[in-house]
Amino acid sequence: MTAMLNVKDLRAYYGQVQALHGLSFSLNEGSLTTLLGANGAGKTTTLRAICNMVRSTGAIEFEGKPIGTRSTENVVRLGIAHVPQGRGTFTTMTVEENLQLGAITRTDKKAIVSDIERMYAHFPVLKQRYTQQAGTLSGGEQQMLAVARALMLRPRLMLLDEPSFGLAPLIVRDLFGILGKINREDKVTILVVEQNAQLALELADQAYVIETGRIVMAGNAKDIANNEDVRKSYLGY
Amino acid sequence: MSAAEEVVTEGQAVEAVPKRAMTLGYGTSLVVLVALIITPLLVKNFIIFQMTMLLIYGLAVLALNILTGGSGQFSLGQSAFYAVGAYTSAILMEHANMNYALTLPIAGIICFGFGYLFGKPALRLSGVYLALATFALATAMPQLLKLGFFEHWTGGVQGLVVTKPDAPFGLPMSQDMWLYYFTLVITIGIYLASVNLLRSRSGRAFMAIRDNEIAASAMGVDVALYKTLAFGVSAGITGVAGGLGAIAVQFVAPDGYTITLAISLFLGMVVGGVGWLPGSIVGSAFIIFVPNIAEGISKGLSGAVFGVLLFLVIFLVPHGARQVAIVATQLFGKLKKN
Amino acid sequence: MELFVNQVLAGVATGAIYACMALAVVMIYQAIDHLNFAQGEMAMFSTFISWQLMQWGVPYWGSFVLTVGFSFVAGIAIERLLFKPLAKAPILTNVAGFIALYAIINSVAGLIWDFTIKQYPTPFGSSPFLGSQLISTHQAGMIGLTILMLVLLFFFFRFTRVGLAMRAAASLPESARLVGINTSWMIALGWGMAAAIGSVAGMMIAPVVFLEPNMMLGVLIYGFAAAVLGGLTSPFGAVVGGFLVGVFENLVGTYIPGVGNELKLPIALALIITVLVVKPAGLFGRPIIKRV
Repeated sequence: MTAMLNVKDLRAYYGQVQALHGLSFSLNEGSLTTLLGANGAGKTTTLRAICNMVRSTGAIEFEGKPIGTRSTENVVRLGIAHVPQGRGTFTTMTVEENLQLGAITRTDKKAIVSDIERMYAHFPVLKQRYTQQAGTLSGGEQQMLAVARALMLRPRLMLLDEPSFGLAPLIVRDLFGILGKINREDKVTILVVEQNAQLALELADQAYVIETGRIVMAGNAKDIANNEDVRKSYLGY
Repeated sequence: MSAAEEVVTEGQAVEAVPKRAMTLGYGTSLVVLVALIITPLLVKNFIIFQMTMLLIYGLAVLALNILTGGSGQFSLGQSAFYAVGAYTSAILMEHANMNYALTLPIAGIICFGFGYLFGKPALRLSGVYLALATFALATAMPQLLKLGFFEHWTGGVQGLVVTKPDAPFGLPMSQDMWLYYFTLVITIGIYLASVNLLRSRSGRAFMAIRDNEIAASAMGVDVALYKTLAFGVSAGITGVAGGLGAIAVQFVAPDGYTITLAISLFLGMVVGGVGWLPGSIVGSAFIIFVPNIAEGISKGLSGAVFGVLLFLVIFLVPHGARQVAIVATQLFGKLKKN
Repeated sequence: MELFVNQVLAGVATGAIYACMALAVVMIYQAIDHLNFAQGEMAMFSTFISWQLMQWGVPYWGSFVLTVGFSFVAGIAIERLLFKPLAKAPILTNVAGFIALYAIINSVAGLIWDFTIKQYPTPFGSSPFLGSQLISTHQAGMIGLTILMLVLLFFFFRFTRVGLAMRAAASLPESARLVGINTSWMIALGWGMAAAIGSVAGMMIAPVVFLEPNMMLGVLIYGFAAAVLGGLTSPFGAVVGGFLVGVFENLVGTYIPGVGNELKLPIALALIITVLVVKPAGLFGRPIIKRV
């Protein structure tokens, strides 16, 4: 299998502070990978570095092309959708407008319309609320909207930053079920950053564990989930 | 609209400035102080007068800096406070024959009250809305001063002529030189008081409000009180500057205090570096001298030259003189190490 | 009563000027989240360009279209050249930049066209409108054109993809980049559109206030006031705000004794501030809903 995303020796900086110390990892096409670690380990920074939203050095290749120097919007145009922490919902716009925005780089108008219908099928709650201002949605609904918006890009790769944050456990189960379905049925490669390690490892097939900006463990999700020592020392459950 | 009431979380108008970065080191302060004391002994009276104005506008910029750099509120209305201060001093001196030095604290107190009262309704406004409100105040002020109702006191459109004080105790110095040192002492006093204010509990409250109002109120800072207080203090200092200005220029008239003055003071703050008190004097120098320089370069295009110079400054150092000072300090530090 | 009605009508007529300008103000506020103090000067310069074109023999509507096009391009150029480099600078630095731009344009226009007052033609004629002495056909035409622009803007922002992208870029730049919008160009586009709308405002206003480099000074202040009153996030509010300010101003001048021309502006501003204290987001401003 070829690697879809290849990251080598990634270092990222916030001002003078270095947040990533030479991260290397790769994602296989069609895989669902999770990036685990404690608060401040550098998970969010890794995603932001892929989309060039933070100053970084190192090599990032997407489908063989180097993307390290592209601007955020040009990275996105390659088919990399990023659902940021806090969801990035356009709160003053309606649900439908948010979905439209997800497809703003596409020109196939008819397909966009049918994709919006598809999203409503995936997430029926969005259909009920399609004329509402997105800011009035509950946290769970906003997360659904964020995922749907990202899918409107018809991405090849989707990056999710703590999708479970602030959501009730039942809703998280729901959401992860949908993510799995998207990965299998729509063939979207997914990289999900999570603090809820247990759930993420159930869902994913690959996993990386990072600590203070370095990768400390990589492998099959099941193996990591079954490794008592890793679970205790890094994942805390 | 829905039940969700608006909770506007605006982008910060002002960047956070660390508290220590608000002042100069002791060594640098000393050098500046010595330069300010010695220079007048070596130059002509007209230049001394300009240096006096430099200090006076410096005070006014400093006052705006406390308001904007300290508490994050924006004002385009400083010229109104400056005018009130100037008129208070002038009226007390000319109608009540009061000693010029005594008029200044009164001007300060009256302006403090005025600013405090203005700050009350302004509490509900922020960002551009506050800018508009203060702007309205600045445009209204000259018109109010012209009103026939106050004419007996203010002299209407004609304004008032103010007598320039002589040096006391028979000191052998010119009026200009005396006024310069008098102003210098007041400026240093107010500068030190301001530094202390910003380092005090109240100063921390100001800055907490500037950085995050909601968090500040959650920590128990009385946001309303401190915001109005910041307005009051800023207006008070501006009033003292206005009073000094009236004495130095020997004249007050409504058209001396238009919105142009308020805009100049604003530019002075930006050029000096928002939130950096020593920068006030640099900003003051910019607004006093650069228009003259522009005029010198091209009479017909002086406005354009001024604009271009202003653009150059903000392109090269978007954070104003503060940025220059930081870079200079770093360079100096490196030199020391080597 | 008749006096009142007449004064309201006259207010609406002057209000049209403010409404026109306020629309341009709101436009740029949407794009860059700030009031552009140089906006009036940009409009003035555009109006001079159209005047110059007419001097050279271009017919009115021809020069109108050319001027709008020129202004659009010039607006984009100003953004690319002067304000894009300042994108990361503090907001107050940007405001200083607006003031610098103001000084430059005003001074250059004065040098090229000098400060004497010039007549500026109107395409609508200046006879009484529907027999009313208070509103001329020009003013009626101006009101019509303002409303037309408003409708066009509404459709642009509501139903076009570029309009949607511009709104997204203005409200949440980072999220907008994450859906692939080039936010930097959206800002430039906002400048261009604001300059174009401003040029229309200038060409409509010039027949009333006459053409000279300082013609927009007062108008811009009223335009700001109108935009703020109506709510800076609402083009519709800006236009209504413009008419309200015009009416306000006229009624204040008529019914409050002792108010000369000099005090009209401060009192109008004071009234607006009173309104804002009660309703800080403006009359039609969209309340922003945000979780803290």
